[in-house]
Amino acid sequence: MSVVSDLKDSRGLLVNLTLREVRGKYKRTLLGQGWSLLNPIATLLIYTLVFGFVLRVPVPVGEDSGLQVFVLFLACALLPWNFFNNAVSSGMGSLIANANLLRKVFFWRPTLVVATVLSLNVTFAIELGVLVVLLLVFGSMPLPWIPLLVVVVVLLTAFALGIALLLSIANVYFRDTQHFVTIGMQLWFYATPIVYPYQLIQDQAARMRAAGNDFPLETIYRLNPLERFVSVFRAMLYDNVMPYWGDLLFCLVAAVGSLVIGIVVFNRSQHRLVEEL
Amino acid sequence: MSSTPAVVVDEVSKRFRLYKERNQSLKAALMRGGRASYDEYWALRGVSFEIPQGSTFALIGENGSGKSTLLKCIARILEPEKGDIRTQGTVAALLELGSGFHPELSGRENVFLNGSILGMTKRELERKFDEIVDFAGIEAFIDQPVKNYSSGMYMRLGFSVAINVDPDVLLVDEVLAVGDAAFQEKCMEKFVDFRRAGKTVVIVSHAMGSMRTLCDQAAWLDRGSLVEVGRADQIVDRYVDKSHEKEVAPSSSATPASSDGATPDGAPVKTRIGSGEAILTDVTVLDAQGLPANRFRTGEQATIRISYECSERVERPAFALALDTVDGMRIWAHHTRDGGLDIAYIEGSGHIDLAIPSLTLQPYTFDLSARILDHTLTHTYDFLRHCYRFVVETGELRESGGVVALGGRWNADLPSIASEATV
Ligand SMILES: Nc1ncnc2c1ncn2[C@@H]1O[C@H](COP(=O)(O)OP(=O)(O)OP(=O)(O)O)[C@@H](O)[C@H]1O
Ligand SMILES: [Mg+2]
Repeated sequence: MSVVSDLKDSRGLLVNLTLREVRGKYKRTLLGQGWSLLNPIATLLIYTLVFGFVLRVPVPVGEDSGLQVFVLFLACALLPWNFFNNAVSSGMGSLIANANLLRKVFFWRPTLVVATVLSLNVTFAIELGVLVVLLLVFGSMPLPWIPLLVVVVVLLTAFALGIALLLSIANVYFRDTQHFVTIGMQLWFYATPIVYPYQLIQDQAARMRAAGNDFPLETIYRLNPLERFVSVFRAMLYDNVMPYWGDLLFCLVAAVGSLVIGIVVFNRSQHRLVEEL
Repeated sequence: MSSTPAVVVDEVSKRFRLYKERNQSLKAALMRGGRASYDEYWALRGVSFEIPQGSTFALIGENGSGKSTLLKCIARILEPEKGDIRTQGTVAALLELGSGFHPELSGRENVFLNGSILGMTKRELERKFDEIVDFAGIEAFIDQPVKNYSSGMYMRLGFSVAINVDPDVLLVDEVLAVGDAAFQEKCMEKFVDFRRAGKTVVIVSHAMGSMRTLCDQAAWLDRGSLVEVGRADQIVDRYVDKSHEKEVAPSSSATPASSDGATPDGAPVKTRIGSGEAILTDVTVLDAQGLPANRFRTGEQATIRISYECSERVERPAFALALDTVDGMRIWAHHTRDGGLDIAYIEGSGHIDLAIPSLTLQPYTFDLSARILDHTLTHTYDFLRHCYRFVVETGELRESGGVVALGGRWNADLPSIASEATV
């Protein structure tokens, strides 16, 4: 496996680039790393206001935790989504952002994308840490699930990384990929039960069945890997129950599949990378 | 020196795509429903040569001939479409201006980043950091973002990192041009150290003078094809001649190259280049008696006589002479302007002499070249390369070896055989 040995050789560089991303992101800003928390807090508040108070989305009760707080229900899905969204969009831009480096020195190119995604993992970890504390305050008990949580974060990272690799190279050859992706991500966001519970989809499907329409809404809806990821995160954090094995397996398959496809496509198309930059 | 070459370039061809549209867009591609339209441009065509380990190798050629492209292929930044390149050991490249620095980061951070890209560990970098900054000579600015550096400072830091990584093969493209004289000198020394340590250096430059003396071997590229590979001095000379020829080719008034041939000693065929308003009719070396001679003794008196003929009045000309050993090493050059002679004009025909009180050359064979230039020394009216060959034999002034005789004298307060014998 040449990918493994490449990765091993670039370990030092990977660490260095990741640190650069982490440090560079909020350098010269007043709040420093504080910004990284401000952004999700602001989104959380806005969505809570719109979907919790104005649209009155029903808040499910946590299965084992007994929680019924919209903001926490939202955060358990929004934070993973934010991570995924940022990883894909900054990861896909990382080759172009580092064109200067690519044109001058040779190194294992995926390192740039990996470093960008890993640097977002740092932010994600901090956010999850804060969330866990909040959950504890509100009476949920997510601590026993933390080892599994780490595993799922790794899977989500792999899933995001595969997509970022694929899109990063596409973005070099077709500069407007980014615009399409922005639109696509918006669709994807609402196609995933983040600001609303999955229950609403089930209700809709039931209504359709009752009306004699046998469109397989739920089956199609559940093909979305992020729906599975979100369910898994919510099960562990919000409900404090073991996620469904089927969902976990689906996440695993999606992560491996995405990563393999990403690496294969990247390797196949990178030979003209530098001259197209 | 090991026998395996440091770099093998094997039938390498590189193609670029020149797209019709400026920016490739997915939208356009989707609407067109297929391939983008582009022209192909072969920047390298079937180039093959080997760079021996421990040599300093020059890549020369006109602008756009593919030198940088080839260097990038060797550095693995570009992938050739055909052929392949094999390198021995680690390779560090210093390509056209800058070496992949991040403009927002400080010099310090960039050193660490760049060093780790070039494969150095953090510990190695910490150990070498002072040396790197020292060599670059930019201590005061090391914590500034590099976007605030001057282009020379930028290059100095890049060069310093690349050199301190201690690669087996160092690729250098055109970067020395922006360094000041002191730094260029430092770099030259570093190249020599490199060679001494058995490392290989590949240099792309248009500074033919330094390429000629610095490099052992050279490859000459012309529009992507290899013209010649061989000893640097010879290749550089031929390349310079060729580009002069091209420069004056359109002016039909130029006298055709005189191929009339060899001097009595069988000196190489003369090559003649220039715009021809004034031409060199003869170049001879006269002995102490004022007679043309091809044999001299070390320390003898000599006069070099340059005869010229003008088709029109030529304002402020300058005459230049250069001396090479028969194997191509430039050992001396001199022109009238440096000699303090500013000629107002020349007309018709005549000659000019350079008197040499003592020929401080050791026994060897030498070739003389002569040139008539305008007073800016940039335009050549006529140039004869290696137009006169002479041999120096052992004379009264006798030294042990080399090509020049310095007339040195040993002094020491030590007992010598001669003085002891008198006791
Ligand atoms: N990314 C690219 N896309 C298209 N054409 C390119 C690209 N890079 C180089 N070329 C073309 O390849 C040819 C060779 O360029 P290269 O930079 O190797 O020349 P060079 O010998 O280094 O010239 P110079 O002496 O000016 O540095 C040029 O005609 C150039 O236009
Ligand atoms: Mg170039």
